[in-house]
Parts: sequence; C-alpha cells; structure tokens
Amino acid sequence: MLDGLKNKLRKFLGLEAKPDAEDDEAKAKLKQEIKSEVEAQSKPAEEAKKAADAAAEEEAKKQAESSEQISKESSTQEVEKVADKPKIGYIHMSGCTGDGMSLTENYDILSTLLTDMVDIVYGTTLVDLWEMPEMDLALVEGSVCLQDEHSVKELMEVREKSGLVCAFGSCAMTGCFTRYARGGQLAQPKHESFVPISDLIKVDCAIPGCPASPEIIAKVVVALINGDMDYLQPMLDMAACNLACGCDLQTNVVSKALCTGCGTCVLACPTRALEMVEGRPSHNKNRCIKCGACTTHCPRTWFPAEQIKKDLGL
Amino acid sequence: MAFGTYKEVVSARATDKAIQKVAQDGGIVSALLCYALEENIIEGAIVAGDTEDAWKPEPTIAMTPEEIIAAAGTKYTFSPNAIRLKEAVRQYGLEKIGTVGTPCQIMGLRKMQSYPFATRFVADKLALIIGIFCMENFPRDSLKTFVEGKMNSSLENVNKMDIGKGKFWITDPEKESGLALKETHGYEQAGCNICLDYVAELADVSTGSVGSPDGWSTVFTRTDNGADIFTAAVEAGVIETKPMDDVKPGLELLEKLANGKKDKGRKEIERRVNMGLPSPF
Ligand SMILES: Cc1cc2nc3c(=O)[nH]c(=O)nc-3n(C[C@H](O)[C@H](O)[C@H](O)COP(=O)(O)OP(=O)(O)OC[C@H]3O[C@@H](n4cnc5c(N)ncnc54)[C@H](O)[C@@H]3O)c2cc1C
Ligand code: SF4
Ligand code: SF4
Ligand code: SF4
Repeated sequence: MLDGLKNKLRKFLGLEAKPDAEDDEAKAKLKQEIKSEVEAQSKPAEEAKKAADAAAEEEAKKQAESSEQISKESSTQEVEKVADKPKIGYIHMSGCTGDGMSLTENYDILSTLLTDMVDIVYGTTLVDLWEMPEMDLALVEGSVCLQDEHSVKELMEVREKSGLVCAFGSCAMTGCFTRYARGGQLAQPKHESFVPISDLIKVDCAIPGCPASPEIIAKVVVALINGDMDYLQPMLDMAACNLACGCDLQTNVVSKALCTGCGTCVLACPTRALEMVEGRPSHNKNRCIKCGACTTHCPRTWFPAEQIKKDLGL
Repeated sequence: MAFGTYKEVVSARATDKAIQKVAQDGGIVSALLCYALEENIIEGAIVAGDTEDAWKPEPTIAMTPEEIIAAAGTKYTFSPNAIRLKEAVRQYGLEKIGTVGTPCQIMGLRKMQSYPFATRFVADKLALIIGIFCMENFPRDSLKTFVEGKMNSSLENVNKMDIGKGKFWITDPEKESGLALKETHGYEQAGCNICLDYVAELADVSTGSVGSPDGWSTVFTRTDNGADIFTAAVEAGVIETKPMDDVKPGLELLEKLANGKKDKGRKEIERRVNMGLPSPF
C-alpha cells in the first residue's frame, strides 16, 4: 500500500515515466471538450502552443541526432517540459490560518515555487474559483465541523478530487485547540463537534505544528520536488494520527521507560503547557492545546538517525 | 563504528588556569564556549548552572565567559538545556547560540533541526553543539541515596562528583571517597538502559574524560563547523592538544566502553521488544 502511495507521489512529482496511454486518451478527450466550449478567440493560442510544442519536439529530435551527449540533455529537458507542474490546492477548514501564514513566510522560495514548480489551482483568497478542480495534492488546514454541512461536503469533495490529501498543521491532524469547542456560542451555537480530517476521510500525509513552522513547510516542499521519500516517510507514518495531548508524553514515553529528561518536548510546546519536574515533563492540561508537537519532537518516540547524519554530513 | 563519524580525535585541555581549576576534566566545554563567545561565533550559551539547592542544576543562559565558567563541572543529574532555547532566541534575541548536552539531549536538538515541525525559527540559531560522553544519568534522589545512604556524606557537603576507575567519587571538605560502580547500578534512569550513544555521535564536537589522563579530555571533532571552531581555538592557544597515541589509557578503553554500552543497550532493546514494549532505536 505504501509503495502505491510512493509511486503516486513520484508520479505526481513527474519522476515517474510519462502518463500511460489511457491518461493520454483521457487528456485528449478533455482537451477536445474544452476546445469545443471555448470561443474561437482562444483557438489561435491553442494552435500556437501546439505549434510551439511541435517545434520543441522537432528541435529535441534534431539535437538528438547531432551528438549523443546533447541528446541526453535534451531528452531530460523534454521530460521536464512535458511533466505537468503538480496542481496544489489549499483548503481552509476550521483553524486560525496560522499554517497558511507560515507557508507565506517562505518569501524567499515562494515566488520560484509558485511560478516554476507548482500550480496553485484552488485556495481561499489565493484562487478565485467556484468549482473545485482536480488536484494532485490538497493541503487541508483546520479541523472539520460536523454540524457545518458545507465543510463536510467540501472535505469529501477534496478527497474525491485530490490525488493526495495532507493534513496541514495540527488542527487538521489532531483537532488541536478546536478539540475544546463545545458549541453554545455565536455565530452558530450548534457548531460543537470539530474533528481531525482523518476522522472523515483517508489522509495520506500529516504535518503537525501549531502552526507548522515555515521551515518544515520549506523542507517538505523541497523533499517533494526532489522526490525524497525518506524525508517524507515520518509524515506518511503520522497520516492516520487523529489524537494528541501533552499527556501522551506520560503514556507513550515516561510510562514506557523511554524518557531521558532531555527537555525537547518542553522546547517544542507552543503554549508552555510543559515544564520539567525532577527530570520529567509535567503537563498542565489547562494550557495544553493538544497539538501533538511535544510527542512528535521527542527523540524517544521515533528517531530519524539516518536523516540527521545526512543533514549533518556525518 | 564505536565512535560514530568523526574527523579527528585528540587529547586536549584548556590552557586557562581559571578554567582548569573548576572544570570537570580538561575544561574543553567551558574553553570552547568561552572562545566561541569572545569570537562572536555565539552570542550566548545554555549551560547547566547551579542553583540554591545542592546538585540541582538548572539550564542557564550564560551571556559572559564568567557565567560559562561558573557552570563548569559535571552534574550527574538532569539539566535539560533545550528547555531554554526558545527563550534565548525570542526573549534574549540571540541569533547564534551554543549549548552542551548528553548524547540524548543532542538527539533531541538534532531531530528538531532535521524536522522543525513546531519550532519556528529556532533550529537555525544553534551555532555550536558540544556533546559530552555519557554512560548513564541519575535522578537527583538517586544521587541522594548513594551519597547519603551509602557514602555517609550529604549532597550539601559535596564539592565535586566524578565517575572513573570503576568508582563513583565524591569530594567533600573532609575527604575524597569512592563507591564501587556496582553499588550505583540500578539507580540510573531506565531510559539510559536502551541508549546506544556513548560519545555524542551527533554533536559538532564531543568530549569526555575516558581515554585521557587526569586533567585532560578526549575530544572528537565531527561536523565541519565543529572542526573549524575547535581548530581555531587550538590555533588561538585557548586549547592545547596531544595525539591520542601518546596518552594513556588511550582510545582502546574508550572503544571498549562505547561498544559495551551498545551491546548492553541492544540486548535491553531486544528484551523490551520481545515483551511488546516500544523502542525508538
Ligand atoms: C550524566 C553525565 C554522565 C557522564 N558520563 C561520562 C562517562 O561515562 N565517561 C566520560 O568520559 N565522560 C562522562 N561525562 C562527561 C564528563 O563528566 C565531563 O562533563 C566532560 O568530560 C566535560 O568536561 P570538561 O572539563 O570539558 O567540561 P567543563 O568545562 O567542566 O564543563 C562541563 C559543561 O557541562 C555542562 N553540564 C554539566 N552537567 C550537565 C548535565 N547533567 N547536563 C547537561 N550539561 C551539563 C556544564 O554546564 C558545563 O558547561 C558525563 C557527564 C554527564 C553530565
Ligand atoms: S503539551 Fe504543548 S506541545 Fe504537547 S500537545 Fe499540549 S500544547 Fe501541544
Ligand atoms: S522529549 Fe521525550 S525523552 Fe525528552 S524529556 Fe520529553 S518525554 Fe522525555
Ligand atoms: S546514557 Fe544516554 S539516555 Fe542516559 S543520560 Fe546518557 S545520553 Fe542520555
């Protein structure tokens, strides 16, 4: 199953072989439909594009004949040109937009990313669309409110229309602070059940954090573009997680004879709900927002030794 | 494989008499942090500072060489230095931070650097991570148990603790006394029993006493950054070195201990996994 997912991701990244004949056929059909619908005005453009594509192909062929080395280069160039840019959607459910803001804090890589690497095809405030398009990857921020039929419907549609669904930030992954919602307030007193998206749909990958940091988002994007599945693996492993609390440290680490008193959990906690008492994390449940950062960061829950060595050049 | 990846290993000590006087071993940790601070490689360091309670260290943000040196010496109980890192970045506004820790503490920091899920703009502020060798660590009440119950002293009276030559040593105003390590076994925290890292394999620079003579330390340089800083400190005359081959007991003993720890740890992991308990390694 994991292999299937990996292949899907690789394909989405354009690392796999070109789309098979069936896909080509479907695309051709879709193109035809679009063609018949659009006005004549756009035809020249379409034709011009086709001509350009053909010319590029011709050019590549010519180069292929001229010398072996150049042929290699041009064929990889061709692959890059042909491979579609991954279509990414950003879907906002019930959360604070912190993860979206974190994303935009990557100013330095964002412009290249948006223009050269990916197509953002759907997103509140980013892309003005009524109909949700097909997406390769949907980043879903926020939990989903069971009493809000629009949100539930939108989430189902996301699953249907997206190759991969990523729980983006802790609200989507664990429910985070929306776990404390209990209704009885404006604008809709009935809204009381906010659940992580994996309660309703299959999630492929999760990025915890309240908010997920700008750096982890940048690292994920780079890993996606490089097809670095090893880096992404922990986030695929966390996909089914739908529950977190600071007390997990006690249950999963201290009570399992694993804690070393290193303090990483306290460092990771965004709300100072943890402190170290006699060398063990002490959890103040009144401050905890159930984001799961502490358990995720703890070096005794999972430890990426190979990745760290690679990052350090060791 | 006993020592992880490293560039160079030497025996070394700080040349500063003030550091020699208070340091646990060769004073490498204090000397390197002070050098890095003075050269503006770091703007502050998180160390295990003393508190009013004897042998109850607390992570301390040191902003001067004096504060670094005041925190010298090994405390055989928890000082989770990582817990003040965010504060050092956000409240103190430090852009370049140095710190020291046992191998497990370094693991937490390195994991955070590779996967900075929830630590916005913190990971990149760590400019120097010094690791100290570690066989085990003790809850403070364990120390109390053997210092008071087995060694007839009290934590308040003890000036120095050390582990070496098969014994746990304390120095109080009257005498230096040692307790066979088999008497301390069983008092270490349980998390240490599955630990496979003796020589801080993921630090920039790691150091400990084993392998070198009294008053000297064994030092591994590991990352490019760590090697650069250590080399510069040696060139500046802050640290003096000797080849490992010239010192006793030398690397052989260190290798024996490092491998011994790995063997024991793996056995314990196997035992736990067979009972259905989890292990991250
Ligand atoms: C629990 C523990 C077990 C150890 N076991 C071994 C061992 O088996 N073999 C071996 O060779 N060496 C061991 N060491 C390391 C050794 O005792 C010295 O700390 C090391 O050689 C550094 O000495 P130094 O003279 O270079 O450092 P110094 O200049 O004396 O500075 C020591 C630095 O370590 C910091 N520090 C002290 N205690 C702690 C702590 N608990 N947590 C985090 N930081 C701390 C201090 O704040 C100071 O900055 C152990 C250390 C600890 C803390
Ligand atoms: S203790 Fe802190 S880090 Fe852990 S889940 Fe609660 S708020 Fe998040
Ligand atoms: S991060 Fe994990 S091992 Fe470290 S103190 Fe917290 S619970 Fe213990
Ligand atoms: S033995 Fe390992 S787990 Fe225990 S304190 Fe030392 S480094 Fe940490």
